[in-house]
Amino acid sequence: MPKVTIREERCKACGLCIHYCPKGVLGPSEKFNAKGYHPTEVKHPEKCIGCTICAQVCPDQVFEVYR
Amino acid sequence: MSTETMKKVYSIPESLRNRPHHYCPGCGHGIVLSIVGELVDELGVRDRAVGIAPVGCSVFLYEYYDFDCVQAAHGRAPAVATGLKRANPDLFVISYQGDGDLAAIGTAEIIHAANRSENFSTIFINNAIYGMTGGQMAPTTLLGQKSQTTPYGRNPNTDGFPVRVCELLNSLEGPYYLERVCVATPQDRVKAKKAIKKAFTYQLEGKGFSLVEVLSQCPTNWGMSVLDSVKWVKEVMAQTFPLGVFRDKGQQK
Ligand SMILES: Cc1ncc(C[n+]2csc(CCOP(=O)(O)OP(=O)(O)O)c2C)c(N)n1
Ligand code: SF4
Ligand code: SF4
Ligand code: SF4
Repeated sequence: MPKVTIREERCKACGLCIHYCPKGVLGPSEKFNAKGYHPTEVKHPEKCIGCTICAQVCPDQVFEVYR
Repeated sequence: MSTETMKKVYSIPESLRNRPHHYCPGCGHGIVLSIVGELVDELGVRDRAVGIAPVGCSVFLYEYYDFDCVQAAHGRAPAVATGLKRANPDLFVISYQGDGDLAAIGTAEIIHAANRSENFSTIFINNAIYGMTGGQMAPTTLLGQKSQTTPYGRNPNTDGFPVRVCELLNSLEGPYYLERVCVATPQDRVKAKKAIKKAFTYQLEGKGFSLVEVLSQCPTNWGMSVLDSVKWVKEVMAQTFPLGVFRDKGQQK
């Protein structure tokens, strides 16, 4: 099953990955990271298709993607 | 499932250092940073790459690229790039400039480097504003656009008109390749990477001067949410700055 890894300490919660993920996999976490943002987390791992769109639109080099 | 048995289809570029950068949330500079890192990896040029950091929000590029870098005085990246490339043609030179840097204080340098068709690649970040200093008008600010120095909107009678850099350079014979792209959507990001790859490849082939202009969201100084800012790039900014190829001598017969 495709999957993404998230370097949550780098996330600035811009929302681009959540907006552009075609499968609604991602969403904001309830917790804070050290920068004070609610980092993106995987909400629906089973829906991920490994398309890499999240990694491409992220300005903060947060994602790696596996298939 | 553990990732060990899986194929990695997107890796953090090795040509970028493993440290966070200071760009604001959603900033287009951050997306272009990934593109440059990916391409330096893909083209295998990291050992001979030299990045030139401008003055502006990207001034700390030398902290982000994991290859050699020089930080140029405001607007003078094309002059530094010219010197590096002429002194050592084996270097792979990536010159990076904002719109205040390239189209205001550095106007002379970019025009003459393009006119001489110096063999390096320029990435030109057009965010229609001076980002680093807090949102003053840039030469590229749109008519009617509010900024710290045009609080009622840019007025052509007192502030002049937006400078279209690709169109301006396209009046010269020197440039080999000029294209304007944006990084507002995943599809635009694919096109932007293709354009920057072309510019890099032309340099490796010794073809001469290339410039890729990237319309780049600055949510902070536009006073917009990130999602509104990417929409504004496509719906408003691209009306004044049309996307597309202006010059590609590699495609001419
Ligand atoms: C010689 C000189 N003049 C003025 C400045 C102040 N200054 C710093 S950044 C900047 C403008 C940067 O705007 P831009 O090139 O559009 O880059 P951005 O920050 O938007 O990415 C200015 C005028 C300076 N550092 N050096
Ligand atoms: S790889 Fe594609 S489907 Fe999976 S989280 Fe990223 S954008 Fe969504
Ligand atoms: S695109 Fe990157 S920085 Fe923005 S919310 Fe997603 S993971 Fe965080
Ligand atoms: S001020 Fe604008 S250009 Fe500078 S880092 Fe912030 S969003 Fe990016």
